[in-house]
Amino acid sequence: MIRKRPITLTVNGSTYARDIEPRRLLTDFLREDLGLTGTHVGCEHGVCGACTVLLDGNSARACLCLAVQADGRDVTTVEGMGEIGALSLLQEKFRKHHALQCGFCTPGMLATAHEILNDAAPLTDAEIREALSGNLCRCTGYEHIVRAVSEALSERLGGAATGSAPNAG
Amino acid sequence: MQDDARPKLIGSRVQRLEDPRLLTGAGGFVDDIQLAHTLHVALVRSDHAHARILTIDVSAVEALPGVLGVYTADDFSAKPLHATSRMKGYQSTGITALADGKVRYVGEAIAAVVAESRYIAEDAASLITVDYAPLPDLVDPRIAAASNVLLHEHHDSNILVSRKFARGDVAEAFANASVRVKDSFRFHRKTPLAIENRSYLADFNKGKQALTLYSSTQVPGVIRDALAEILAMPGHSVRVVAPDVGGGFGGKASLYPEEILVSLLSRRLGQPVKWTSDRLEDLLTTSQAFDETIDAELAVDKDGRLLGLKAEILGDVGAYSIYPWTAALEPMQVAGFLPGPYQLANYQAEVVAVATNKTPAGPYRGVGRPAAAFVLERLIDMAAKRLDLDPVEMRRRNLVQPHQFPYRTGSGIVWDQSGFTECLELACKGVDYPAFQAERNTARQAGRWFGVGVASYAELTGIGSRMSAAPGMPINTGTETATVEIDASGAVRATFGVASHGQGLETTLAQIVADELGVPVDGVQVIHGDSAAVTHSTGTYASRSAVLAGGAAHLSGQAVRAKVLEAAAFMLEADADDLDIEDGIISERGTNKTLSLAEVGRAVYSEMGRFPLDMRAELDLRATKFYDPEFGTTTSATHIAAVEIDPETFIVTVKRFLVAEDCGRLINPMIVDGQVHGGIVQGIGAALFEEVVHDQNGQALSASLVDYVAPSAAEVPKLEVLHLDTAARGTLGGYRGMGEGGTIGAPAAIANAITDALSHLNINISQLPATPERIYRLVTQAIEGDT
Ligand code: FES
Ligand code: FES
Repeated sequence: MIRKRPITLTVNGSTYARDIEPRRLLTDFLREDLGLTGTHVGCEHGVCGACTVLLDGNSARACLCLAVQADGRDVTTVEGMGEIGALSLLQEKFRKHHALQCGFCTPGMLATAHEILNDAAPLTDAEIREALSGNLCRCTGYEHIVRAVSEALSERLGGAATGSAPNAG
Repeated sequence: MQDDARPKLIGSRVQRLEDPRLLTGAGGFVDDIQLAHTLHVALVRSDHAHARILTIDVSAVEALPGVLGVYTADDFSAKPLHATSRMKGYQSTGITALADGKVRYVGEAIAAVVAESRYIAEDAASLITVDYAPLPDLVDPRIAAASNVLLHEHHDSNILVSRKFARGDVAEAFANASVRVKDSFRFHRKTPLAIENRSYLADFNKGKQALTLYSSTQVPGVIRDALAEILAMPGHSVRVVAPDVGGGFGGKASLYPEEILVSLLSRRLGQPVKWTSDRLEDLLTTSQAFDETIDAELAVDKDGRLLGLKAEILGDVGAYSIYPWTAALEPMQVAGFLPGPYQLANYQAEVVAVATNKTPAGPYRGVGRPAAAFVLERLIDMAAKRLDLDPVEMRRRNLVQPHQFPYRTGSGIVWDQSGFTECLELACKGVDYPAFQAERNTARQAGRWFGVGVASYAELTGIGSRMSAAPGMPINTGTETATVEIDASGAVRATFGVASHGQGLETTLAQIVADELGVPVDGVQVIHGDSAAVTHSTGTYASRSAVLAGGAAHLSGQAVRAKVLEAAAFMLEADADDLDIEDGIISERGTNKTLSLAEVGRAVYSEMGRFPLDMRAELDLRATKFYDPEFGTTTSATHIAAVEIDPETFIVTVKRFLVAEDCGRLINPMIVDGQVHGGIVQGIGAALFEEVVHDQNGQALSASLVDYVAPSAAEVPKLEVLHLDTAARGTLGGYRGMGEGGTIGAPAAIANAITDALSHLNINISQLPATPERIYRLVTQAIEGDT
């Protein structure tokens, strides 16, 4: 039996103390131990971005992170971003622009997009695409995701122009 | 719909009802379901492509704490299930939970470890050793077709099916031709790559002797019927639920060994058993796509009119025939759709589907049509170039014209009616074709490798009972059912046999029902993806759901509306013809008499004494209707692409992409656009990046997302989509299916655009994906050939 280690961390504003195996992935810890199944796993090798969460405010791949590495840190998952009836700005924009289909990539997309909004720098659509390029989506073709992030960003910046092209299609 | 003045939900950009849960992490995918005492499975998979299994040594594992058991094929007596075909000479293959004595592709499951956690199960699986006696790896379908070594010993050869067909006088067409163009085309293997990996959770209830399988499947009804047969259980005791499913694209549209395995294990152990694929397993075992070599030749007269087409299609279908679609599916559909949306009377084709030591091939978005469009659209461009004709003009002269519908193609497929020429013109208008060409020419003059490409295609969607969704498949999938019911609280539920996995059917089907009943769209609860919710179902595939389930939604919605009005008329002492329903309120025109749906529901179910006895026998607010479009309908589109190639890295960038399509009446334009966008980007992936590569021993070299490259947002341009938005004549509601089209046209349009960009080197793109390495080789050959 592998010896467990105690960890204490904050997830979505709540503090959790648990004893866990050092090899336990943060994804499994969040999903199975805390029941926060909104964080999804698409590849477990750091490419698809489905597992992206915010770790101390920065986007991070939960599948490449051991839960013990999150000891003492602050994790935000999709469950902490908004709720049904009180969606966040980004969640609202994703809904308005149909930026999700199956919704499997969505929690990770939202985490990356949160970071884009937090950085609060005006971005062109091409720059938004670059910033989202670590998150794969197989359903949307990205078009509506880019529109949603672009509109959220320009609202966050107080309506400043972001170089977003008018809607087409 | 009776009330034409009422604002319609159908046709409007209604926000999706499934979004709030998916946006907040409150969705429920199979792997999210955590049942008490669930056991976890890890699989020992073959690292040989073709070998006999000599021994499986599990001794290191049995004593491990947390391991409940190790299972091999010997532990199960269930008979293999065969996907049969009506095609003459078809050789079927069986599907079992675990490999029985022999492995036929790398990744085939040999042994299953059941443990308390996935971590322990994987630890244990890594300690199991398998001894193999290697057999010749049959990786090349040409070699496999001629080999005496058989993948399946009971077969006569590795050719699972072969077919020839011909229409018209092909020899004469070629004899009379001014121009003949031909090439050997190759569309390499790809994988569907849903972001959610396959996941199955079986829960056997000992008391009821009933099994529930939660499955990330597109086809819960098909799986239910198959499991009932394999497990020898009555259908009512097997329930297959597809909860939220993270994309399918065909890769989740077939029965998988792991679905059988967890079901057998849960029944045996009496506990829930879960298996979730990791990405490596997905890339090794989820059914793959394309993998055809197509030798084709086109005959054209001096005016550019298509006279005849010949094709030989060699399909590499992998080690097993997929259930229920059979190994004939993809290569046979290539042959069926090869004549495209054109007037082309003389056609002959030969199809050979060969088993090889690779992952089984199966349905993938577009099935056969992406390869067919790639080949024909390339040939048309090749002929246009020889005749010095503009590619658009060439298509304009040959597309089936509006007055020619219904049109029987050279392969016998009938296009009922669709906007073939209208889409071509709309696409040209959309890009401003003359300006578009001028832009290309300016870029060329500046020395840039810049090209434009056009592709037109048509597909059959919403296939009804007169046809088979897969060629030769004995089960018919031509009808769909809907039950609409209003309960005592006035709430509306609509239940379907289809299974949404990203298409937004909870919204679009609710739009139809809400319009029929006169209730708000978010007041309609749509149930789907649950085999127990309906008597019979199959699922969602082949662009059928909007047409078939949409039609059934109209019919049952209308029937329930009539029942509501009958009850309300009695309650209000009014004539049913004078009643309207809006926002869930029934009112009599010209009076102020109203009733809510809740009042009608309560009266019908809890105060039935208010109605005369003879009314009560039929007095529920519920109806089940079936819809069968019989033939289905034709969806069509023209895609236009502009690409630029970097002459140093040979990387292709898609600069612009526009689609003009006819998918009939749009239920929800926003959702339609999303489907088209997603399809285009999978088409871009297929054209430029995505390739499953095997070495000569059948080892998969593209076994991670680093090696199997799917497009990210940065590799994709802004996407433009234009619609004809005219109602289809042949279907109820006027819908055409449209979930696959983007993937059909994009590879062809991009292949033509790349060829155009390389026209100064006289290069023809005849292989996809056009990776930088392939383009580098072609360019080097072209330059060396010149010197
Ligand atoms: S699951 Fe973490 S990047 Fe794919
Ligand atoms: S919405 Fe399905 S993968 Fe992005």
